[in-house]
Amino acid sequence: MQNEKAKSAAITKKTHEPFIYITKRNDLPRLKAWGIRAAVLLIAMLFCALLVMLLTGENPINVFSSMVEGSFGTSRKMWNLLQSAAILLGISLAVTPAFKMRFWNTGAEGQVLIGMLASVACMFYIGDAIPSWLLIVIMFFASVIAGAVWAGIPGFFKATWNTNETLFTLMMNYVAMQLVSFFIMIWVPSGSMILGVVNADSQNGWFPSIAGQKYLLNVLIVALITVIVYVYLKKTKQGYEIAVVGESENTARYIGINVKKVILRTVLISGALCGVMGWILAAGTAHSITANSVGGNGFTAIMISWMSKFNPLVMVFSSLLVCFLQRGAGEIASTLRLNSSVGEVLTGVIILFIISSEFFINYKVNFRHKKHKEEVK
Amino acid sequence: MSVLSSIMAFIAAAIIQGTPLLFGATGEIITEKSGNLNLGIPGIMYIGGISGIIGGYLYEHFCAEPIPVLCVIISLLASLAGSTFIAFIYSFLTITLKANQNVVGLALTTLGVGLGNFYGGSLLKMFGESGSISLLVTGNAYKTKIPFLSDHLGIVGETFFSFGFLVYLSIFIALFAQWFLNRTRVGLNLRAVGENPATADAAGINVSKYKYLATCIGGAIAGLGGLYFVMDYTTGAWTNNGFGDRGWLAIAIVIFALWKPRSAIFSSYVFGGLYIACIFIPGLSGSTKELIKMLPYLVTIIVLVFTSSRKKKEHQPPAALGRSYFREER
Amino acid sequence: MNQVAIELRNISKRFGRIQANKDVNLSVYNGEILALLGENGSGKTTLMNMISGIYHPDEGQIFIGGNEVSINSPHDAFNFKIGMIHQHFKLVDLFTAAENIVLGLDEPGKFDLAQVSKRVNEISEKYGFDIDPNKKIYEMSVSEKQTVEIVKVLYRGADILILDEPTAVLTPQEAGKLFDVVRRMRNDGKAIIIITHKLHEVLALSDKVAVLRHGEYVGTVNTAETNEEELTEMMVGKKVALNIQRPEPENPEDRIVVEHINCHSRDGVKLLDDVSFVARSGEILGIAGIAGSGQRELLEAIAGLQKLDGGSIIYHDPKTGREENLRDKTPIQIRELGVRLSFVPEDRLGMGLVGDMDIVDNMMLRSYRSGRSMFVQRQEPEALAERIIEQLGVVTPGTDVAVRKLSGGNVQKILIGREIASAPTVLMAAYPVRGLDVNSSYLIYDLLNEQKKNGVAVIFVGEDLDVLVELCDRIMVIGSGKITGVVDGRSTTKNEIGYLMTKTVGEEESTDAE
Repeated sequence: MQNEKAKSAAITKKTHEPFIYITKRNDLPRLKAWGIRAAVLLIAMLFCALLVMLLTGENPINVFSSMVEGSFGTSRKMWNLLQSAAILLGISLAVTPAFKMRFWNTGAEGQVLIGMLASVACMFYIGDAIPSWLLIVIMFFASVIAGAVWAGIPGFFKATWNTNETLFTLMMNYVAMQLVSFFIMIWVPSGSMILGVVNADSQNGWFPSIAGQKYLLNVLIVALITVIVYVYLKKTKQGYEIAVVGESENTARYIGINVKKVILRTVLISGALCGVMGWILAAGTAHSITANSVGGNGFTAIMISWMSKFNPLVMVFSSLLVCFLQRGAGEIASTLRLNSSVGEVLTGVIILFIISSEFFINYKVNFRHKKHKEEVK
Repeated sequence: MSVLSSIMAFIAAAIIQGTPLLFGATGEIITEKSGNLNLGIPGIMYIGGISGIIGGYLYEHFCAEPIPVLCVIISLLASLAGSTFIAFIYSFLTITLKANQNVVGLALTTLGVGLGNFYGGSLLKMFGESGSISLLVTGNAYKTKIPFLSDHLGIVGETFFSFGFLVYLSIFIALFAQWFLNRTRVGLNLRAVGENPATADAAGINVSKYKYLATCIGGAIAGLGGLYFVMDYTTGAWTNNGFGDRGWLAIAIVIFALWKPRSAIFSSYVFGGLYIACIFIPGLSGSTKELIKMLPYLVTIIVLVFTSSRKKKEHQPPAALGRSYFREER
Repeated sequence: MNQVAIELRNISKRFGRIQANKDVNLSVYNGEILALLGENGSGKTTLMNMISGIYHPDEGQIFIGGNEVSINSPHDAFNFKIGMIHQHFKLVDLFTAAENIVLGLDEPGKFDLAQVSKRVNEISEKYGFDIDPNKKIYEMSVSEKQTVEIVKVLYRGADILILDEPTAVLTPQEAGKLFDVVRRMRNDGKAIIIITHKLHEVLALSDKVAVLRHGEYVGTVNTAETNEEELTEMMVGKKVALNIQRPEPENPEDRIVVEHINCHSRDGVKLLDDVSFVARSGEILGIAGIAGSGQRELLEAIAGLQKLDGGSIIYHDPKTGREENLRDKTPIQIRELGVRLSFVPEDRLGMGLVGDMDIVDNMMLRSYRSGRSMFVQRQEPEALAERIIEQLGVVTPGTDVAVRKLSGGNVQKILIGREIASAPTVLMAAYPVRGLDVNSSYLIYDLLNEQKKNGVAVIFVGEDLDVLVELCDRIMVIGSGKITGVVDGRSTTKNEIGYLMTKTVGEEESTDAE
């Protein structure tokens, strides 16, 4: 064979087979896969520590303790961490059913915001007319419907004309933001663009404090959503259908699943859950709204859901980690008088590391010196 | 006369607003033609801006009497290097490591915006200065008007020939991209990669190489949008989040222009005009202004739905957009 | 005297345990058409892939123009002026013919599509193609697309052309036109290899015929000196005794009566053409045919997965005697009618099962809807999974393993096990032993026979004629979407089936299904 090659080289340019080649693999045990992820996470953290060191010149132990201080230092800081992690987790859970079905919904930001807008609108218009508990219930339904509609529109066009859902949902985010700005303009005649806290005196439509903690109810509701989404995806027939459609549309058709119906239903559920998160943000956290109220959580949630492999329990951990990084970085920034965007930088770095780790789980890197096996197709 | 001059002023303002969008859209079109949906473009545009700022700052800071031409060259090169680097990370993760394009793109946007704001807010502190960044020499160099044409053609000269060179560069790049994609061999091959990578592969085209190059060059072009914004529009100053959501608007333009760089020129100015229309139209209420700002996105959605319902092949996104290409080794 | 264009000597190729080609000798002269004949899986495509640089032979030599060469990549093949026209076109839909033709080419000089079009027109004129260089591929018919593929190869200067089943997608008229072109290319001195199953085409077109069977080279004959019978026998070979059991059918009665069904592909090609037949209880009905002749569409039509243009599929309920038309019903509606229809599709992991789900989840595919609860019930599928693993001897570490990780035979056992677990009255299996080792194959035959004894109407789509004639009670042959004959499994011969398989549409109009 070497001879043949030498001869042919005279006639043609010799083709070098690549030294490294890549094959798909599916034999990695689950435990080992999570091991790889954990290792990559560790490397990512070390990398971040190095980055912060380079930026600040502080030694990493100081940096780390200052991050812990920023997240857990006082009970108020801890509650803030829990609250922001709960919001991020809730949105991550909301996008997961659609994602699992390979519906690339990049519109969580807008769906949450529009849900929030619906709640705030209820507080604004009928806040004084009815008792607070009834108002909260009405707000809930308004938000759910708003979120579902906001996701349902791209979902409908996806199912009907196969309209690209990534681009559609992305655009819907900014329509939602402008809609919020529009209503703020109407509600605030001064044109200051700041709505301020709604029903500040009556606290109508506000979540009640439980055990003296104003965020406890938020956390509890998100905990409940976590359980519900987990059970929905893993234990119900609809969750099973989502998994089948996501893995193989052909199999879904083979067993008679109406694929379009499942897509639409799941997208509506995702949107409705986003709406619920908007309701929590309105009634439990902000009691007000701006165009940036969701603050990029809709996008971060997509990454959380993806890097957690759509597993709700892993998402709990991931959201806590990301919020810890962001809060911790904020603390470093303020103590070292740096810019608070360090948090975003660290989040981006960690997520990029984890996403790239999937490659080593799904693919196998082979080196040419191993015997080159050919397979029958 | 005042009506005419205010219309002309509006057109000039629309072009100024549209220029960063045009850079972003052209860059994204080239990227998407290779089948990569780079949602990191907004982040890359921040990086393009801040890299230019850093380059310009270092030069202005360490040089007693900065020469304007060098200011421009240094900051331009820094900007290109920065945005190409981020686009390279995107390419490596999505092409070589085959990671999900949406997730990588969003993560890079988070990272890019974060890095931009971080350096924008901390650069001076790192060098022991205070206040906010203001690179007047560099900024003014970028704003240099075309001599003669700008002041000898009356209102036409003032409207069309009074911009900094990046405005003309953006138009040139878009026209060049249009020609390149449709009239050259490499452009044809690139479009084949985005439409049907398996066929391109069978025809002997190196799919990965094309994807890498298109994504990196597209990223570099998009980064110039950020550079234009910080150097020309704000005259060398950085404000955190000042660039806003223009990166997403650029992605909207890609759809609105149906993946044609030439149409992106006009689309960018229309979107740029809508961005500032409320300032020029007298007597609008605040709420109406917000609705006008919504228009670019709404129109884009309508275009998206309409083209997908018409199923005209030429108006669809590249067929393999968003998917990694994997050829099983035999 | 013409020169030898390409010669293969003792070419062998193995894929793991499977011998795809063994000691193949071929030679094609310039100005000659060689037909390469063989059943599915006889190694024709592997052989051609070695010539076109996709695979490299394990043993043997290739000579081009008298010089020994090594073809390591499609690019090498191109340099040796070898051009292959694949069955599945590799064209960019959105591009024009001319753009596709120059795609990836690295010609010197200015890129000028007008110039390309001119050259394309020259080639078309020379060989009599009918092609508009500026027409987009998506506006083209299948035969136009094929023309583009051929012109693409000629444009690149190929002297040795390989056509892989070129007429499979064409109407008889289009095929006739193609043959004219091929003859003109021959007269121009090109060497042409054409892969086909259709004997009448072989006889009408070729100068020589080379036959492969199970990867082995059977021989080459001059077309002028041979006939259909000889070719069929060379192709199917002598009968091999497999000793598969075949119990006598008990009380057969009509279970599914299909009448005059038709369907089209998206390109407008007829996939099923006026198909009528009966499947009876307690009987195995074999379906033979060249791959892609409409077998898949036929089974999918019965399973409620294929939209039909006309006709009826009547199911006779064994208990109530009711008759139900299954046409245009969804799989769920069919189930709701009480029709217990099981279907083992050809694509096991992509259709019958979900590769990334574990065995238990795959068991639930059929049954998860049962019951009113909104939750899935996992105990029963779990028990079923364990039962199947035990009874069919599935080798697996446990029930929670993704089926993708199992070997082909075990995957098939799981799929068939699930399908027969629902006590079907009709069982359809497409290529159920493909890729399986001998033991697993016999286990599958036993399972099918067991179902037959239980009074199930079994429909078995197979490719190995030896298996079909030993296992099936009746064998229906399908060719290009048409039923070309139904024969008795006990009295038929492989030659008879082979002949019916290669008989072409339109050749004889009146072949009744029964």
